[in-house]
Amino acid sequence: MILQPAILALLLSSLLCIGLLLAATPYAIDLIRHWDLSSGSERQLLRERRTYLLSTLLAFVFATQLVALLLFVFNADRMASLFVGAMCAVGTLQANAFGFPALLAQILVFFLAAVWLVINHVDTHAPDYPLLRIKYVLLLCLLPFLLTAAVLQWRFFLALRADVITSCCGSLFSDAAPGVTADLAAAPPLPTMLAFYLSLALASGCALLHRQGLRAGYLVALLSAVAFAVTMAALLAFISLHVYEHPHHHCPFCILKPDYSYQGYALYVPLFVGTAAGLGVGAVQAFASVPSLQSVVPAVAGRLAGIAAAMFIAVAVVASLIVANSRLLLLDN
Amino acid sequence: MNAWIEKQKYLIDFTLASLARRKAKSLGLLLVYSLIVFLLASVMLFTHALRHAANEFLAGAPEIVLQRMVAGRHDLIPPGYLERIGRLRGVQEKQGRLWGYYYDPVVKANYTFMVADDRPLAPGKLVVGAGLARTRGVAPGNLISFRAYSGKLFTFSIADILPAKSELVSADLVLLSEADFRAFFDIPPGHYTDITLRVANPLEVRNIAGKLAQQFPDSRPILREEILRTYDSIFSWREGIVLALATLALLAFAILAWEKASGLSADERREIGILKAIGWETGDVLRMKFWEGALLSLSAFLLGYLAAYVHVFHFAASFLSPVLKGWAVLYPRFELSPVIDGLQVTTLFFFTVFPYAAATLVPIWRTAITDPDAVLRG
Repeated sequence: MILQPAILALLLSSLLCIGLLLAATPYAIDLIRHWDLSSGSERQLLRERRTYLLSTLLAFVFATQLVALLLFVFNADRMASLFVGAMCAVGTLQANAFGFPALLAQILVFFLAAVWLVINHVDTHAPDYPLLRIKYVLLLCLLPFLLTAAVLQWRFFLALRADVITSCCGSLFSDAAPGVTADLAAAPPLPTMLAFYLSLALASGCALLHRQGLRAGYLVALLSAVAFAVTMAALLAFISLHVYEHPHHHCPFCILKPDYSYQGYALYVPLFVGTAAGLGVGAVQAFASVPSLQSVVPAVAGRLAGIAAAMFIAVAVVASLIVANSRLLLLDN
Repeated sequence: MNAWIEKQKYLIDFTLASLARRKAKSLGLLLVYSLIVFLLASVMLFTHALRHAANEFLAGAPEIVLQRMVAGRHDLIPPGYLERIGRLRGVQEKQGRLWGYYYDPVVKANYTFMVADDRPLAPGKLVVGAGLARTRGVAPGNLISFRAYSGKLFTFSIADILPAKSELVSADLVLLSEADFRAFFDIPPGHYTDITLRVANPLEVRNIAGKLAQQFPDSRPILREEILRTYDSIFSWREGIVLALATLALLAFAILAWEKASGLSADERREIGILKAIGWETGDVLRMKFWEGALLSLSAFLLGYLAAYVHVFHFAASFLSPVLKGWAVLYPRFELSPVIDGLQVTTLFFFTVFPYAAATLVPIWRTAITDPDAVLRG
C-alpha cells in the first residue's frame, strides 16, 4: 500500500520536514539561550544571520504542512476504491486504528503552523526581532505535535492492508451509532442551523469590528474556534444532508467527491482559512503592547480579521446556496 | 498592498534579468528539472489514463459473474443452474454466457471466442477484433478457417470488424453465433461457460454474492467491484514502483540543485556584494532568490508536464509502455483518452518542487548573508 504515489509524496515531505526541524532545533535552542541584540560579538552576528535561515526554513516546513493536509484528505478519499466496504475517505481512515488520529493530528498541526506563521510574519516586520525567543520556544513546543502527526501518518500508511474490510461512512455517521459523531449527526436541524448562522455572524461581525479598531483580538480567536466547531457540527447535522438530498446520509467526507461536484472544498477551504486567520488575530493580539510592534500588530491583525470575516461569510453563503438549491426539505416550513 | 506588489514586481524583473545574464547555468538547470518533471508526470499521466480506461470499460460489465469450479478449476455450468438460481431478490437479470479461448498456431496467439447476445449473427459468420484482423490480414468478406479441438476444420466468413475504438478490450475477440460456438467447441446444449447477474443496488451486490455462494457451494461469484479494485491496485502499485525508483533520480537532482545553488561564481558573489553595499538587506536577497527558485520551478513544472502530456497522449508513451503496459502477441493498439487529475498534479508538485526547494534553502541563505565588504575586497 505504501507504493501509492500520493502516500510516497506525503511520506517524503513529512520525512524531510522532520529532518529539517530536527536539524534546526539545536540552533533554535542556542538562539533562545544566548540571543542578545545589544551585543556586537561575532557569535551574536552569526546568530542574527542564522535567524534568517531558521525563519525561512520553518516558514517552508509549516507552509508544507498546510498543503499536506489537503493532500492527505484528497488521497484518503481517492484510496477508498482500494478497500472493501469503503465508499469515501471514512473507509480509508477506518481501515486501521491510526487513520482518524492521523487526520486530527494533521488538522491540529495545520492550525498551529498557521498561528506560528502569523507570529513569524509580525516578528519580521519589526527591526529588533522582539518575538524571537517566543517564536523559537513555540517551535520547540510545536515539535512534539509535528512528530506525533508524522509518526501517526507513518503508522497509518504502513498498516494499510487492502484485504481489511473497513466500514462505510453510513455506519460511522448514522443517528443510531454510539459515539460523538452520531450525537452530532442526530442533532436537530433547526437549532443547529440557527447556531450555525449565529456563530458565523458573531465571528465575522467581531472580526469586522476588530478591523475597525475595536480591540477584541482574543474574542475573535475564541469566536473563530467556536464557529469552526459549530460549522463542523452543522455539516454533520444538516449541510451534508442537503448536498446528498438524503435525510440519513450525514458523512462530511462524501461532499468532497466528484459525484457531488467537489462542493466540500468550497466549504472546507474558506472554513479552514477563516479559522486560521481568526486564531492568528488572537495570537498577535498578545504582542500588541510590545513597543516596536505597536504599529505592526494592528495592521496585520486588521488584515487577518478582514480575511477571517470574508471567509466566514463565504462559508455561510456557500452553505445557504447548498441548502437553497437542494431538493431535500428537512424543515417543515 | 500595492507597494508590496510593486516591490515583488521589481524583484521579479531583476531576477529575470539576472537569470538571463547566466543563460548556460539557468538553462541547464531548467532542462534537468523539466526532464525530472517529464519523467514523473509521464508515469502518472499514463497510469491514471490506464486506470480511467479500465474503469470506463468495466462500467458496463455485469455486477456478478458466477463460475463453477471442479477440483479448483473453472468448469462449464451444467444445465439447470440458471433455473436453480430462481428469483433472487435484487437481481434484475441473469444470463448464461458462452465464451472460450482458442490457440491459433498460425500466428501463435490466443483468441477469445464469444457468443454476443446483443449482436445476432448468422451461422458461418464472424465478427473479429481489429487486432486479430491486422495480425491475420483479413477484411470483411474474407474467409477464415480454424481447426477445432476435435480436429475438424471450420470455415467462416468475416461479417465485420469491431471498431478500433474498443481495441483495448476487443483486440483478440471473435464473435460468433451460439450454434457455431457449440459446434466448434463441442459444447452440448444447456451448458454455459459462466453466468452473469445484473444487480441494480450496489449495496446489495455482496449479499447476493453471499447467497449465491451458499446456494452453489461448487461455484465462485466474481464481483465487478473486486475486478475494478484489483486493476486499481495493480496500476497504482506499478506507478508507485516506478516513482520509488525515480526517487533516486530525484535525489540526484536535489544534489545537483544544491550544488548549483551553492557554487556561486565570482561574478554572482560580486553582484550580491554590490547589491548589499547599495542597501539591499539579507531579506531582500532571500526574496530575490526565492523568486528565482519559484520562476525556475514553475517553468520547469509547466514545461515538463506539457512534454509529458504530449508524450503520453500523442506519442502513446513510447518510453514508458514497456514497463507499464506488459506485452502479448496480439497486443491491442489503443489511444488513451487524456485525463488530468487534481490529486495527480498536487502529488507531482510535492514530488518535484518540494525537494528542489528543500535542497536550495541552505545554499540560498549562505548566498544571502554574504558580507559586501568581504566580497568586494576579495
